[in-house]
Amino acid sequence: MVTTTTPLEEELLELAGSVPDPELPVLTLRELGVVRAVHARGADSVEVELTPTYTGCPAIEAMALDIERVLHEHGIREVTVRTVLAPAWSTDDITEEGRRKLREFGIAPPRVRNASGPVPVALGPTRTRDADPSAAGADELEAVRCPHCGSADTELLSRFSSTACKALRRCLTCREPFDHFKEL
Amino acid sequence: MTTPTVKDTALAPAALALGDDALVLSHRLGEWAGNAPVLEEEVALANIALDLLGQARMLLSMVGDEDELAFLREERAFRNLQLVEQPNGDFAHTIARQLYFSVYQHLLHTQLADGDGPFAALAAKAVKETAYHRDHAEQWTLRLGDGTEVSHDRMQQAANALWRYTGEMFQPVEGLDIDWTALQTAWLEQIEDVLRRATLSVPEGPRTGAWSAGAGRQGLHTEPFGRMLAEMQHLHRSHPGASW
Repeated sequence: MVTTTTPLEEELLELAGSVPDPELPVLTLRELGVVRAVHARGADSVEVELTPTYTGCPAIEAMALDIERVLHEHGIREVTVRTVLAPAWSTDDITEEGRRKLREFGIAPPRVRNASGPVPVALGPTRTRDADPSAAGADELEAVRCPHCGSADTELLSRFSSTACKALRRCLTCREPFDHFKEL
Repeated sequence: MTTPTVKDTALAPAALALGDDALVLSHRLGEWAGNAPVLEEEVALANIALDLLGQARMLLSMVGDEDELAFLREERAFRNLQLVEQPNGDFAHTIARQLYFSVYQHLLHTQLADGDGPFAALAAKAVKETAYHRDHAEQWTLRLGDGTEVSHDRMQQAANALWRYTGEMFQPVEGLDIDWTALQTAWLEQIEDVLRRATLSVPEGPRTGAWSAGAGRQGLHTEPFGRMLAEMQHLHRSHPGASW
């Protein structure tokens, strides 16, 4: 698909992307990779394409409101935020800068996967270290590192954590529990 | 009393079937909030419920007003499988229901995502979430089945009790381009594999045939569903148009 973007659209995309994520305010929406495009529909009317991280992510409504507010403040009279599903968002859409910020915030960033498709399952029946060679797919991804001390010796406590996008882990070196932005 | 309108489109039967499955199971899982055996599990079940609710909102919005469809339809207008409306029971029953449904949903979403129909984009998104649901149910089935004598027995009882609701999953849904026979074969293979690894036996007894429970897709539901709906819809019906 060939698309052309005007300088105004680029400027507004930058602006919409500068909005902080409502759940993880250290990240901007651009770093999270959820603002897909901005289309100018006239002098002061634009449409923004936003994609959800998870289908049920409740933050998407707050994101849309924040984008509308920022663009209104920039003099755009009419802002429509449209939710797009395809292509599905993946944690690979989080930028390098975004990953660095997550780590500094105390959240282990998602590991980069190149292929889409089913999530590799590297988890045993109970609390399990990823190093378990019997776990299917364990060799496909590197170990999750503790964001506090950098140790690769960490264990899974729960596949689901404070939000749908995170898993709860604990570092076996420094003993600190931490959130892991799980791969999607 | 107005009846919510469902847009008269070719999408409607499938959007309601898939949307109601997600909505009803989401509500059942939400009932665990405050009651789950451990905090991590409470959070896990609530997160799975949230994923399903997101899917339900998108599907129901394709054919009408999501709130009206969820809160103002009568029992007979719901098109969900009877499996998903079954009460939570003990934790093993919830896990057996999750296992049966998430394996089905994962296979279904995979097929839909591979196609180019109206549900392909949503399925491509949902299939990644469903993979986590499936994994969660599988790991718990292994842990309970291959756990203590008590957990093994209770997991087996739960797997047996819900078995009769699994035939209905493979009734063709109008408007979905799915190879239902292949879906059923793959489902059986995967379920048998998990149960075997969990040292559980594959339940015997009918899943379809002369006697079967399956009729949720036609609007016929089991007795506990009415009570679930009463609780789910009570607030909305008592305070029409309320917001906060």
